[in-house]
Amino acid sequence: MKNERTHQPITKRYDFTILFDVTNGNPNGDPDAGNLPRMDAETGHGIVTDVCLKRKIRNYIEIVKQGAPGYGIYVTEGAVLNEQHRQAYYALRGEDGAKAAKLEPKDKAEARELTQWMSDNFFDVRTFGAVMSTKVNCGQVRGPVQFTFARSIDPIFASEVTITRQAVTQEGQEKDREMGRKHVVPYGLYRMNGFVSAHLADKTNFTEEDLQLLWDAIVNMFEHDRSASRGEMTLRKLVIFEHQSGLGQAPAHQLFDRITVQKVHDRPARSYKDYQVSIERETLPEGITIIEK
Amino acid sequence: MGYGVRLLVWGEYACFTRPEMKAERVSYDVITPSAARGILESVHWKPAIRWVVDQIHVLNEIRFDTIRRNELGSKISANTIKSAIKGKKPMKLQVITMKEREQRMTMMLRKPSYLIEAHFELTAHAGETDTAEKHYNMFIRRARKGQCFHRPYLGCREFDAHFAYVEHDEAISESFYRDSPDIDLGWMLWDIDYSREMEPIFFRPVMRQGIIEVPDLLKKGGKQG
Repeated sequence: MKNERTHQPITKRYDFTILFDVTNGNPNGDPDAGNLPRMDAETGHGIVTDVCLKRKIRNYIEIVKQGAPGYGIYVTEGAVLNEQHRQAYYALRGEDGAKAAKLEPKDKAEARELTQWMSDNFFDVRTFGAVMSTKVNCGQVRGPVQFTFARSIDPIFASEVTITRQAVTQEGQEKDREMGRKHVVPYGLYRMNGFVSAHLADKTNFTEEDLQLLWDAIVNMFEHDRSASRGEMTLRKLVIFEHQSGLGQAPAHQLFDRITVQKVHDRPARSYKDYQVSIERETLPEGITIIEK
Repeated sequence: MGYGVRLLVWGEYACFTRPEMKAERVSYDVITPSAARGILESVHWKPAIRWVVDQIHVLNEIRFDTIRRNELGSKISANTIKSAIKGKKPMKLQVITMKEREQRMTMMLRKPSYLIEAHFELTAHAGETDTAEKHYNMFIRRARKGQCFHRPYLGCREFDAHFAYVEHDEAISESFYRDSPDIDLGWMLWDIDYSREMEPIFFRPVMRQGIIEVPDLLKKGGKQG
């Protein structure tokens, strides 16, 4: 069962960096530390995990695509309303699938087919990969897009804010209000590096269209993730290094080193204006294009 | 052995998960030969060649760090996909994270840096045009330019690896363990034999002055990845 996406997979390699900041919020709580913002215990730098950011990408796609064919989200957060629509879709085209299953009774081929079907139907499987428990090898699909841990430019300071509520949870309690705690980072600028592999895109059929959607999702991922705990989170910069070919033209670390973020004064930073971001564009290796979003 | 290569790899974090402790992941002290092979393959690999890791230089001090994340408890089942393709059963092809959430700890390495010395052998798949020289040159050409099939990683994909080709006459940076006594690293995964139903092969490496000698333990006729 193929959906309408018939475009070709991307053919170029991309390395990218994002800068995002948080004001009076908790970007990513640490379950080991009572939901305090994640922190590198040794250096005090803030950390946001790869999976935390991937979750936001998935949520954005879900909102924008509303479960359109080919844009399902496999790992969802809550109830799924599109289930019924999709069911109808499968019922209509069910025959095709049944025929395909008979093509190759051998396990490896079938595993490939199952994987392909998942890639075709679910954006997150196509983009980030998935683990399928088939009988033949571990059946792990690596998606073309790789996220890493985001790290704050400077050590962060997490402050604990005690809040009160003018009501109690249970009846018959003597006090008339309760107190709670919030952990916030007054300000933190974070940086994450990521990668898009053309070679792996070929395997999951991650297209140019998907790539543009991914960039959109990155740019807008915080816009639809507002909550009391997050404070104000904003994507400040998305810098993409586009290589001419699938293999690439330059080592990623050298490209990432071209982006420097510096504080402009000695005081603790409290806004994005306290930082200066510069991108070294001179003497760019041949075949590299910088795209900023 | 005439076509040996040296690749410097480093990163912020790494997790070479011990198979006996993978529910709450705990990393081995150093990179496994199988992970090192994966890095080499991400730069250049064809079915015609098989990478053999000869030596691993552990350059930085072995230090650990922990992180706990929300993860999923289940994997995608092939049977549900099959029935979904056939359109028979009602679709339940999604994982609701609220129900499947598991908090798991990862004990990972911090600021790892290794020098991998390796060579490759031609396999039975090698055609007439597959000479050792050709693949050797392809590898170094790519490694020098930082080209890769996909971004290599240190055990898990969230721990990206940077790499640089080390020329034959180039000096190797000194290991943190240069003056240390020998360190027995215990039993470690060497690699997996894919031709024998994914049979894992273990070995007992010893780090001498920061250098681990890696034997080639693949049984005759065996094959990796």
